[in-house]
Amino acid sequence: MNTTIMLFLLQDGITNGAIYALLGLALVLVFAVTRVILIPQGEFVTFGALSYAMLATGQVPGTAKLAMAMGVVAFGLDLFEARRSLRLKRVARAFALNIALPAAILALTYGLAGPKTPIAVNIALSLLIVAAIGLFLYRIAFQPIAHTSVLVLLIASVGCHLALQGLGLVFFGAEGLRGPALSNAALTIGPLRFTGQSLAVYGLTIAFIVALWLFFGFTLMGKALRATAVNRLGARLVGIRTTLSGQIAFLLASLIGAISGILIVPITTLYYDTGFLIGLKGFIAAIIGGLVSYPLTAVAALLVGSVEAFSSFYASNFKEVIVFTLILPVLVLRSLAAPAVEEEKD
Amino acid sequence: MSALLSVSDAHVSYGKVEAVRSVSLEVADDEIVTIIGANGAGKTTLLNAIMGVLPLKGATAFAGTDMTPLDIEDRVAAGLCLVPEHRELFGTMNVEDNLQLGAFRIPKATAARSFERVYTLFPRLKERRKQLAGTLSGGEQQMLAMGRALMGAPKLLMLDEPSLGLAPIIVADIFRTIGELRAAGVSVLLVEQNAQAALKIADRAYVMELGEFILSGSAKDIASNQRVAASYLGFQHEGASGI
Repeated sequence: MNTTIMLFLLQDGITNGAIYALLGLALVLVFAVTRVILIPQGEFVTFGALSYAMLATGQVPGTAKLAMAMGVVAFGLDLFEARRSLRLKRVARAFALNIALPAAILALTYGLAGPKTPIAVNIALSLLIVAAIGLFLYRIAFQPIAHTSVLVLLIASVGCHLALQGLGLVFFGAEGLRGPALSNAALTIGPLRFTGQSLAVYGLTIAFIVALWLFFGFTLMGKALRATAVNRLGARLVGIRTTLSGQIAFLLASLIGAISGILIVPITTLYYDTGFLIGLKGFIAAIIGGLVSYPLTAVAALLVGSVEAFSSFYASNFKEVIVFTLILPVLVLRSLAAPAVEEEKD
Repeated sequence: MSALLSVSDAHVSYGKVEAVRSVSLEVADDEIVTIIGANGAGKTTLLNAIMGVLPLKGATAFAGTDMTPLDIEDRVAAGLCLVPEHRELFGTMNVEDNLQLGAFRIPKATAARSFERVYTLFPRLKERRKQLAGTLSGGEQQMLAMGRALMGAPKLLMLDEPSLGLAPIIVADIFRTIGELRAAGVSVLLVEQNAQAALKIADRAYVMELGEFILSGSAKDIASNQRVAASYLGFQHEGASGI
């Protein structure tokens, strides 16, 4: 192996690793706030990517209609939950969030979708659609069981993954899609060629990490989210709605997923079920970070990306096996370092 | 005086076990009311139910509005605050962040004034404002829990065993502060095993036994009641160090 190949592989690994880092951070965020291990994160990636790819061809993706349908269900749940004290203000708020918002997104999508729609508009539409799906997914599937154990939440999470993956097949078909690149610029440094796309991956990943750090460290809402993660009862006692925290966590996670998808769909062909594998690699990074540490997760994601790149060069048949085997020594070390603790009750 | 908090015929159950039976109580504006009683009498259960942490059967009204349909967060917004027995601080966040979150439901400008008030009440917290809440001593944690609750500018502060596990000198400090709250326009509902200290600062008292109120009256009358003196004040030392 010469230095050039090594540099190429490293570059490839870091580009993928940056995506895994974003997904890993979202997983840590959602787990910390809601205790949900977000298996459907991969579907946010595919939904974002393939919605963007379909919009680029001028079609309206089925995900926009899915968001609308989920909004209707969420509205029904809100009404049912508030049935004993149906105040007009409460109903109006639920209507605005659950019906008016997805209806507006659907109308915008129908209005703006076309073969000549600018890339920026398509990106914005895909992000809106997937963000709405993330928000409603929490409302429908997780909010009613928020007080149950991690295991129950995990089972619901797997269920959501399967359901969304099936819907993905309906919306996008079994054929893979590719989207247009964000920029066709390229930059050559020594033997390495950086495309505008990979630079966008680096830039957005760093921007997101900084933004998350600022949000959690310096804004009241960010601190409230952290407080919910640290002590749910304490958070409720100061008036922080844990359901709101959960919704924000899912909103951020679905946005991050969709952005990751839009970043990679010009580089690789994505199928309706590709997201799962990508999400799993973010999951490995999150597990190496113990599902609590953001910096450790980001570093682990770069490691996962690099290992993947090198193993696909040396033993491409075993690349997934090698990547997923990474998790074993980490789990062994962690279980040796920390004695078993029973799950804390809320 | 109008009742700030009124609870009538309250029942609280854990499954089939009824921990609180047919309890009625009132707290007026600018009043300090204490509920004393032995371990397991149902005092903590009652406070948690008034806050909405546990479901309560019966009628509760706060500042003239029915609280039954409100959840915890709405009760906090209405001006009802609980400092729970286990304090429930945000251990991995610093003192200042804990206090800031206490003011989550109130406007920013008011929060700045609340900070000043809490730091004057507990100068110790100001010294430690960059320290993580989980690394504070027990007394400091209790101060922080009270400070966090006061940040939200509550009308009624409910304190659950504030003296629990603290050294006597710190207990005295905490009780002096509770007395000062009245001057600041905060009513207090205090649950204590340390009956002597509680009766000293309270206006009125209820005595709870096995889930029911068996006595109520002015703190002075209760303190001089023979049965109370025998059951609670006589065993003062055990009461103070009990868990």
